[in-house]
Amino acid sequence: MEEGVPAPAQHGTVVQATEITRRYGEGATAVDALRGVSLGVESGQLVAVMGPSGSGKSTLMHILAGLDKPTTGTVEIAGIEITTLNDGRLTRLRRQHIGFVFQFFNLLPMLTAEENVVLPLTIAGEKPEQQWLEDLLEQTGLTDRRKHRPSELSGGQQQRVALARALVTRPTIIFADEPTGNLDSKTGGEILELLRASVTNYGQTTVMVTHEPRAALIADRILFLADGLIVQELRGATQAQVLDVISTLDS
Amino acid sequence: MISVALKGLLGRKLRALLTAISIILGVAMISGTFVLTDTIKAAFGTVFNQVYKNTDAVITGKSAIGTSANGNTITPPSLPESLLQKVRGLPGVALAEGGIADEAKLVGRNNKVLTSAGGAPSLAFSVNPKGDQRFNPLVLTTGRWPQARHEIAIDSKTANTKHFKIGDTIGVLTRGPVEKFRVVGTVRFGGLSSLGGATIAIFDLPTAQQIFNKVGKLDSIGLSSKQNVTPEQLVAEVKPLLPATAQVRTGAQEAKQQAKDTNGFLKFLEYFLLAFGFIALFVGSFVIANTLGITIAQRMRELATLRTLGATRRQVYWSVVLEAFVIGVIASVIGLFLGLALAKLLNALFVSFGIDLPQVGTVFKERTVVVALLVGVIVTLIAAIRPALRATRVEPIAAVREGAILRRSRLSRFGPYIAIVVILAAVGLMLVGLFVGGLSTTTRLLSLGVGALAVFIGVAMLAPTLVPPIARVLGWPAAQWGGAPGRLARGNSIRNPSRTASTASALMIGVTLVTLVAVIAAGLKATFSDSVNKLFTADYALTSQNGFTPTSIASEQALNRVSGVDVVSGVRAGEAEAFGGKVSITAVEPNVSKVIDLKWTEGSPATPGQLGQDGAFVAKAFAKDNTLHVGSPINLTTPTGAVLRMKLRGIFDPPKGGSPFGDVTISTTRFDREYANPQDLFSFVKVKGGVTDANTARLKQALARFPDAKIQTKSQFIKLEEGGITFLLKLLYVLLSLSILISLFGIVNTLVLTVFERTREIGMLRAVGMTRRQVRNMIRHESIITALLGAALGIPVGVVLALMVGKAIDYPAFTIPWFTLIVFVVAAVIAGLIAAIFPARRAGRLNVLEALQYE
Repeated sequence: MEEGVPAPAQHGTVVQATEITRRYGEGATAVDALRGVSLGVESGQLVAVMGPSGSGKSTLMHILAGLDKPTTGTVEIAGIEITTLNDGRLTRLRRQHIGFVFQFFNLLPMLTAEENVVLPLTIAGEKPEQQWLEDLLEQTGLTDRRKHRPSELSGGQQQRVALARALVTRPTIIFADEPTGNLDSKTGGEILELLRASVTNYGQTTVMVTHEPRAALIADRILFLADGLIVQELRGATQAQVLDVISTLDS
Repeated sequence: MISVALKGLLGRKLRALLTAISIILGVAMISGTFVLTDTIKAAFGTVFNQVYKNTDAVITGKSAIGTSANGNTITPPSLPESLLQKVRGLPGVALAEGGIADEAKLVGRNNKVLTSAGGAPSLAFSVNPKGDQRFNPLVLTTGRWPQARHEIAIDSKTANTKHFKIGDTIGVLTRGPVEKFRVVGTVRFGGLSSLGGATIAIFDLPTAQQIFNKVGKLDSIGLSSKQNVTPEQLVAEVKPLLPATAQVRTGAQEAKQQAKDTNGFLKFLEYFLLAFGFIALFVGSFVIANTLGITIAQRMRELATLRTLGATRRQVYWSVVLEAFVIGVIASVIGLFLGLALAKLLNALFVSFGIDLPQVGTVFKERTVVVALLVGVIVTLIAAIRPALRATRVEPIAAVREGAILRRSRLSRFGPYIAIVVILAAVGLMLVGLFVGGLSTTTRLLSLGVGALAVFIGVAMLAPTLVPPIARVLGWPAAQWGGAPGRLARGNSIRNPSRTASTASALMIGVTLVTLVAVIAAGLKATFSDSVNKLFTADYALTSQNGFTPTSIASEQALNRVSGVDVVSGVRAGEAEAFGGKVSITAVEPNVSKVIDLKWTEGSPATPGQLGQDGAFVAKAFAKDNTLHVGSPINLTTPTGAVLRMKLRGIFDPPKGGSPFGDVTISTTRFDREYANPQDLFSFVKVKGGVTDANTARLKQALARFPDAKIQTKSQFIKLEEGGITFLLKLLYVLLSLSILISLFGIVNTLVLTVFERTREIGMLRAVGMTRRQVRNMIRHESIITALLGAALGIPVGVVLALMVGKAIDYPAFTIPWFTLIVFVVAAVIAGLIAAIFPARRAGRLNVLEALQYE
């Protein structure tokens, strides 16, 4: 990827979670998905959150992203406390500060690739900066496919569209939920590369939930969750190290 | 965001189309009604203008009590012929001609009456063959005008269709037995082949005066003014010459007045048909709300994604509303033009029945366009409110979660309780409309209408709670005999009760109304036959062929001469004014107690024989309303303006189903004196030996010269009179069928969307061994269960409503037409099968592999 677009102007801790708990149900049948998680994500970092199923990693991300409210604890995004925001404010926050990449792409089937990419701006009633849009489409390899509908795109291409869509507003943070979960190995690798490139070149802060060991290759930090708590953190790890930790947790 | 919404609509064309159909049909009904009634109105307007185009002024009789009462037109008194001479002497009058207008039935070769198509009257006019024909709107098509006692000209349509040529003999029924006339000409109403199918008979003036007992009289005098005299001036000149029983108007005014009278009837027809159009749209709104609701549920992930991308609740709401708006507009436009076609179709239908309305081109007013579009769009928007609100409740987290369920609104827990409150309030509203005294008709109708709508909405709200238990029962046959598909179908109907309930509710409305109509009709018939059985002690009844037009007194007299006949008693009918309002008058002969068994609260069976010139008797209710007792005075004003001072001699208590008598009954001797051309409504006959084939034959023989008269036994009489109710019933069924059709589309919608939603599930079923046919059967079973649910909800509500209405109109003979209801249930099953055709095929066609991978 080439350089040229200024990074978001945030510095320091962009996302701060403090003592997050999430309990489902009440009384004897209550389930504690998160039992006291605290973390801070620095600007320009790619953080991977990993763990076995039931560890609470998806729950954590949903709460960080404002899709869910914690039972106790607070979350700040770009210095704004999001757990107490009403729906209207939260929605406006999403427009500016939060981008999403979903496992199942979540593209609108009746819009073209390009229309899907600029959808967040359309919703906000804004027009994209034309040069930025062209760059983005090129970086994500979509220039030839811009007029195609999702049904005419491969899985990998669809996820590229989704990534471009998340990037188009240059949000404070992008949350990616198992972005490669629905892709084959090769395509998944391409997407991971793109994610890394956007962090490196645009300074795009990203939090990714995944169970791909290859994530080790692109993440700056890897957080491991088990039973609702962060049990380990690796920085600059190798794939082998990651596999090691995972197998320990799985047992 | 607008473009997103619109593009979304384009992507879901099939769904949009299915949603739109209900609006299209409902709007078509409304637009068609307007076009039809506007066209008929214009047509009649043209006719009347045509009739009076050369007339500057016209003198007609004036009824002292108005032109109509109790749904009958009151014939105004005739004019004295001397008036014509007087008027001719006026300075402003250039020409004056007088004529007779009356009714005369034509009788064909086999002694059968040639009735006008569609119940149009059989018209008769006089002509002055030597006079100026400028006032005559009829033109000769062949032959010449009649100029002798037994000459007649008839309308060319009758001549052509019944094969009468110049020189043929044709029968005519006026006041007495049939008379033979020779056809000397055929006529046409200037420019038209037929006047709405009415038969026309033309006689020369002296003949007409004789056969209609109007010697020395005229029914109208047409005038044209000299140059420089305006019609208004002419009217002013004529007025002083007129007796109290005559009136004069300008030609234009007369045309307008006659158009107004027809328009009165047309307005009623218009409102009647519009009501069914609105019912159809009401059902349509249920279908739309249901379809949109299902679509929203299926688009949850899409809507949630939009929310994660920063769309506010409000944006989501308005995008759904916008989609509905676009569908509403397009559907309304289509419906508007479909209505045009519908109106033409209806007209063609009328023509095939012989009702040849004057063609004046289709009248397509702005008002039709505006109302149709407005109504269609508004109904769609209202239907979209709830689904749009539900769409706003989609949480962004649904974008990530598979199989997320829509969060229930805070109020949904109270759904059943709110529903019960709504139903109670609705019933209360209806009871007010039915029973509270002293309300204006509009208030009543409004109260009833709104109450009925609210009942439907309330039951629809309650339905989700009722669905699981009822569906379990209704689905029992499917589960028992339908194998796995049947069991699955039953389970499917129960697993989303609100969706099943919503679909079934649309059908419920139609079923309720059909049941209501059927039960009330059954009650009316039962009450009526009960009443006749109580009153009727004669052997035979004599009426006209259709049972409600009057017969001539001569036919009654003819029966008197038959050997073996003990009693013949006729009942006359007319209108009058009394106690500040219109009253219906009947008149009886002294022997009436021998054929009609009344219960007398004051007076006795001897009373009718003692009426004399000034006696009258009334029914109990009438006496109570006007505080009357034996001896009370009753003053009747007849159409001629004469005031009859009568005294009450008796009060009777009629059975609930009514009596053959009007509000006030007097003697025939007095009646025949005061009313010109008295006729019998019916006559009752007692014969030695009672009802036997021989007696029947002899009576029929005696009536040979009265082709319009019909002799019948008590049960035949009941059947004949019931015929009116049956006809109305059939008509209502046809009109309601549109609503039922719309609700069936609703079932198709739901099934198609459900199949779509359960693609993966159906793929799984196929993968584990379910055949295509079994899948299709599963869909069919679901459809039948839903349809039966609609019937199960609709029939009880219909019966309860019928009970309420029945009590209000005081018909205690509340019978449940079990056979008809069973037919309805069977029809529901068949409807379910038909609705399932398309969705079942789709479900069967799913490719297993693709279905399993479907996201």
